Amino acid sequence: MSDSKLIDNSNINTEDMVLNMGPQHPSTHGVLRLKIHTDGEVVSKIEPIIGYLHRCFEKHSENLTYEQVIPFTDRCDYLSSMHMTHAYSMAVEKMLDLEIPERVEYIRVITAELQRIASHVFFIGVFGLDLGAITPVTWMFKDRERIIDLFEMLTGARLLYNYVWPGGVSHDIPEKFVQRTKEFLDEFEPKLVEIDQLLSTNKIFIERTADVGVLDKDIAINYGVSGPTLRASGVDFDLRKKEPYSIYDKLDFEVPVGKGEMGTVGDSWDRYNVRYLEIKESIKILRQCLDSIPEGDVHEALPRKIRPKKGTIYSRYESSRGDVGFYIKSDGKNIPSRVKMRSPAFSNLCILPYLSEGWMISDVITILGSLDIVLGEIDR
Amino acid sequence: MSFVDIIINLLSSLELNYTLTLLLAVVIPGLIIFLLMTVNAIVAVYMERKISAFMQDRLGPMEVGIFGFKGGKKFWGGIGQTIADAVKLLAKEDIIPKDADKFMMILAPFIIFIASFITFVGVPLSENFLISNFNIGVLYILAMGSVGVIGIILAGWASNNKWSLYGAMRAAAQIISYEIPIGLTLLLPVIISGGLDVHSIVDWQLENRWLIIHSPFTFIGFFIFFVSGIAETNRVPFDIPESESELVAGWMTEYSGFRWSLFFLSEYTNMLIISLVASFVFLGGWGSPLTLFNIIPGDYMYLDGPMWGLFWLLSKAVVLIFVMMWFRWTFPRLRVDQLMYLCWKVFIPFSIANMLFVGMWEVLF
Repeated sequence: MSDSKLIDNSNINTEDMVLNMGPQHPSTHGVLRLKIHTDGEVVSKIEPIIGYLHRCFEKHSENLTYEQVIPFTDRCDYLSSMHMTHAYSMAVEKMLDLEIPERVEYIRVITAELQRIASHVFFIGVFGLDLGAITPVTWMFKDRERIIDLFEMLTGARLLYNYVWPGGVSHDIPEKFVQRTKEFLDEFEPKLVEIDQLLSTNKIFIERTADVGVLDKDIAINYGVSGPTLRASGVDFDLRKKEPYSIYDKLDFEVPVGKGEMGTVGDSWDRYNVRYLEIKESIKILRQCLDSIPEGDVHEALPRKIRPKKGTIYSRYESSRGDVGFYIKSDGKNIPSRVKMRSPAFSNLCILPYLSEGWMISDVITILGSLDIVLGEIDR
Repeated sequence: MSFVDIIINLLSSLELNYTLTLLLAVVIPGLIIFLLMTVNAIVAVYMERKISAFMQDRLGPMEVGIFGFKGGKKFWGGIGQTIADAVKLLAKEDIIPKDADKFMMILAPFIIFIASFITFVGVPLSENFLISNFNIGVLYILAMGSVGVIGIILAGWASNNKWSLYGAMRAAAQIISYEIPIGLTLLLPVIISGGLDVHSIVDWQLENRWLIIHSPFTFIGFFIFFVSGIAETNRVPFDIPESESELVAGWMTEYSGFRWSLFFLSEYTNMLIISLVASFVFLGGWGSPLTLFNIIPGDYMYLDGPMWGLFWLLSKAVVLIFVMMWFRWTFPRLRVDQLMYLCWKVFIPFSIANMLFVGMWEVLF
């Protein structure tokens, strides 16, 4: 009807409406601001604007000793702070060439995998909330709460632990920790079926997520996407397998990869499902670690003074959001000359404008939710 | 015999002034509807809170009681919560944005409220508890049910807010679309019973059988009607106009206090209306469900009669409201285009075919 003689649309000026989503918005996961250019419901262009949670982490680090940086890394990705401290500690250890006791490595892997479960469980709940399902989030928070209780038992803190230190961990595990973790896993594993019924196989959920925001393999790699978001696009890349750190090479687990069961490979459903499957793998890892945790002293290798030699180091770590990198430059003092963090969520967010073009406003929320960003880490 | 007739008979026996009689005949049912709407909202909100709490492994409101009675520590705690909420809403500051169209913004909640208010005139609660018995009952309910959308568009436009505008446009598209399947499925009982008014539809069902089990096509018709009804009341999975995670609060983003509580009131009233209409059109109205199975001999055991009629019709409606709440706390929300797809490509063709088949069924059997 566009070339109809009756209605001539050619001289009507139309322009895109600019919609400011955030920084205060129910589903921008913190303080992300999205400048959305819309044509009706359809998104024509999208600009993420970040920096509302910038806390100068990297600059602060240049004035603090190596030990004092640890609590700052906690606060970067506040949903998986164990991973961030672990990643930073690994980088410092690499600089110092430290030999880590076996027991410490086991404890670190246990905390890391518990944290991964907590983070992914949180993701599933919040993703449901983004799509309008309110019940998953309360169910998931209940399970996450139990993990947080375990961490509270371990470290005394509920969210920001300051637990993993270069060369060791702050405390040994309490007496009943192993037993309680096992109890939790025994109760939690059968409950995962409920999520399957409530979300994964829900018709409306599949309609909303399958084929939405398809991220191709090549584009994902070119944008530097990492973590579950990359694996959902069919790339079998997990640092725990490819560059095994800690004791991951001794453990038996699989890396879930998006297969496009409900639609295309790399759609939002795949990104959801990869995380769901990773919870199961983490449970597998946890069971192996809890059964074979060796005896030892966790403070054995703690360095008295952290004063690395002159030089630079880059260390990578697989957090629940992706590839966390720490670049540390030392000039021989007890204060790092430069700390740079590679934020996985930042790279993952970069893909949002590409993915959401041409989709509707509701889909932008779906895609943003499926990327699982944490603003604390993006803004640093 | 409708409620207004009863009142007029009663008043004329008192030999009052003619104008006063008419006025009272309008005012008394109006007050009763308003009371009903308020009580319904208070009960339904409490029900919604408790049901959602039950489904989400929570306790829900537990603290606020009435007259020192908290309802105990069991599931039925905090029964005063909705009353406290209502008081809070009425006492809240009423904010109108500077750039908003003040007149229209004030007008909009009343249009929405009045739409659900006047729809209630044609909706029965029992055989005699029907405010006014029109001979075009079903048509009236349909017509008045669609007035509310004007208020929604006004509210969205007058707020001068992009989220509100999006919500209003979505609401307009959605509600107008879902009018069609509702209208088409409401024609089924008309075809079968041969009358538009409430009494002829229900009486037919009481004489023969409930429409939902009358034929496979009316069975489908019931589901089309009920799902479209949920879409009509803007509830999950069709709560696209106010989708919280996308449009903040949709067309009611800028409203607060008393005006917002009017939206709330009419939302719950619309739920009740849809449930009541579904009950009287498809589920046998005020008839007792015990008559479905002729197990118990004798008429006296069927629990029929005026009071039982009220009980049965309300029970059926409450069950349907429970189902709506169950949906809300289970499903994610659809996208706009999927919602439109469901309406125009699934429900409308099906309900047209349904009409055809119901007609054939009536001729053949």
